[in-house]
Amino acid sequence: MLGFYLKRLAAGLMMLIALSIMVFVLLRLAPGDPIDAYLNPLAPLSQVEMDALRQRLGLDQPWPVQYLAWLRAALGGDLGYSIDRAGVRVLPLLVERTGPTLLLMLTGLAMAIVLGIAAGVVGAVKRNSAIDVGLGVLAFLVISTPAFLKALLGLYVFAVVLRWAPSGGMLTPGAPFSLTDLLAHLTLPASLLALVYSALFMRYMRSSMIEVLNQDYLRTARAKGVGEFAVIVRHALRNAILPVITLIGSTIGIAIGGAIFIESVFDWPGMGLLMVKAVETRDYPVIMGATLLIGVGVILVNLLTDLAYAVVDPRIQVS
Amino acid sequence: MSADTPMAAGAATSRSRGRSPLQRALGRFFRNGAAIAGLLILVPVLLAVLTYPFWWRYAPNSIDLRALNSGPTAAHWLGTDGVGRDTLARLLQGGRISLLIASVSVAISLLIGFLVGAIAAFGGRVLDGTIMRFVDLAMTLPPVILLLVLASITGTGILPTIFVISLLSWPVLSRMVRARLLELRERDFVVASRGFGAGLGHLLFRHALPNSLDILVVYATVQFANAILLEAGLSFLGMGIVPPEASWGNMLRAARSTVVLELHPSQWMPAGAALVATVLAINFIGDGLRDAFDPRTDLK
Repeated sequence: MLGFYLKRLAAGLMMLIALSIMVFVLLRLAPGDPIDAYLNPLAPLSQVEMDALRQRLGLDQPWPVQYLAWLRAALGGDLGYSIDRAGVRVLPLLVERTGPTLLLMLTGLAMAIVLGIAAGVVGAVKRNSAIDVGLGVLAFLVISTPAFLKALLGLYVFAVVLRWAPSGGMLTPGAPFSLTDLLAHLTLPASLLALVYSALFMRYMRSSMIEVLNQDYLRTARAKGVGEFAVIVRHALRNAILPVITLIGSTIGIAIGGAIFIESVFDWPGMGLLMVKAVETRDYPVIMGATLLIGVGVILVNLLTDLAYAVVDPRIQVS
Repeated sequence: MSADTPMAAGAATSRSRGRSPLQRALGRFFRNGAAIAGLLILVPVLLAVLTYPFWWRYAPNSIDLRALNSGPTAAHWLGTDGVGRDTLARLLQGGRISLLIASVSVAISLLIGFLVGAIAAFGGRVLDGTIMRFVDLAMTLPPVILLLVLASITGTGILPTIFVISLLSWPVLSRMVRARLLELRERDFVVASRGFGAGLGHLLFRHALPNSLDILVVYATVQFANAILLEAGLSFLGMGIVPPEASWGNMLRAARSTVVLELHPSQWMPAGAALVATVLAINFIGDGLRDAFDPRTDLK
């Protein structure tokens, strides 16, 4: 068991190192002098100070040395200055945007888990019924429609035609903060984000549940006289839900991709919107900082789900 | 499992004995309803997109000042946009661009993916380990993020977009090719061939390529749909293909203006419909091909 944990941790560490190398190389490939990222545009430096900074950052050294110096600075939280926003450091900017993105994604994820698992169980129990086929077709359509089109259609139907939801932003500008205002802005984008996820959860849950429903221990439970509801919820669901846990980790990338489009359509002030704006203005320190942070997040989530899965399902160590 | 292994022939039913593996695969493909439906959507789309200058009276960038923001009319079947460009012409030209980008990028990522996968499989443990770590990384990170980062470096336009999409797409294929070739490497005929002193080139093109053909075909179809979606997503975010050049993604980007979104659905909805229909059709064909190339399908 310990061996499994150590192996997973080592693999995760390797991924983090590969990620940092990739971001470093991309930063060097980006046009412009890499030192620009570390200059505060509001406080210009003299040539002497610039040379001193270049030396401190190791920019006069060969690439491998530069990489280590960059990594040391990044680990210390120094990702440089935004080029587009004068005098703003990258790290606080990223931290400020993490909250709204997490709020959006976690709300979407929670909705998707409930919806997807319920739909998957219904589909498996009523296999090949009209409900099952209908849910399957719906899931197929949801998965095949790209995120930005779903976001646009959702915005069009619910904000423009029906006028049920505000058309963007996280809070009404100028209004005092209130929870209802936040929820009114959150519901539509979070539901749209939840759609893809719940379709994936549903498919996975359905096939996993069908497999469990054929097991002998369920026949035993029924033979003992356990009620049908208890059989499905207490005996089948608990076993069928295990593989779905890993899905959260392996689809986190899809969720972040979807979140970028949804944030950009709904003007949600999160990491995705920040990144899109930064790409538009070629603000490389912000782009690379965001990539690094998102990459670390994805790798950690993957690692955690792997470890969590091993805790919930002790059989994992065999394979 | 490739279609031409002895096992496949042995496992096939007696009814299909005497036909070549390719014939059996084609037979399976054309019995698949969804795949045929996919073809019935994709072929007309391809024809329309390729031939439209011969039968449609407007060019994608010609301006009709008497019809700005017009809805569908007899002259402009799908209406016009804010500067009087015909939406149908832009839709068809956008399809051309999307399909062009998708086909070229698929070709490039096929090449890179196959070579990298083959080199990882035949090149020894250290090379294999290093390559696969980066493949893992590329597959873990959200594709949209990598796409944006690369696009921010290369800039916009057709060539940079092709470059970015190809660069992002090969890792999936190289992993599949590697898995197939690791298995192939140990087979007797390959061991014998190496014993006779066959070079890497001979191994790759005489043994590896023919035995990964089914993977390559299925990957190419799936990736074709993916590339269309990636291009549309990138153009939607303002990178990729930018106006005045038309693309389905940047026609949808127009709907980020509230006026277009609310008042002129005819300017963006057709692009969305075309995108979904094409991608669905390609995916149906891809599923059909995957089943057709899998010799176990006949046993089900």
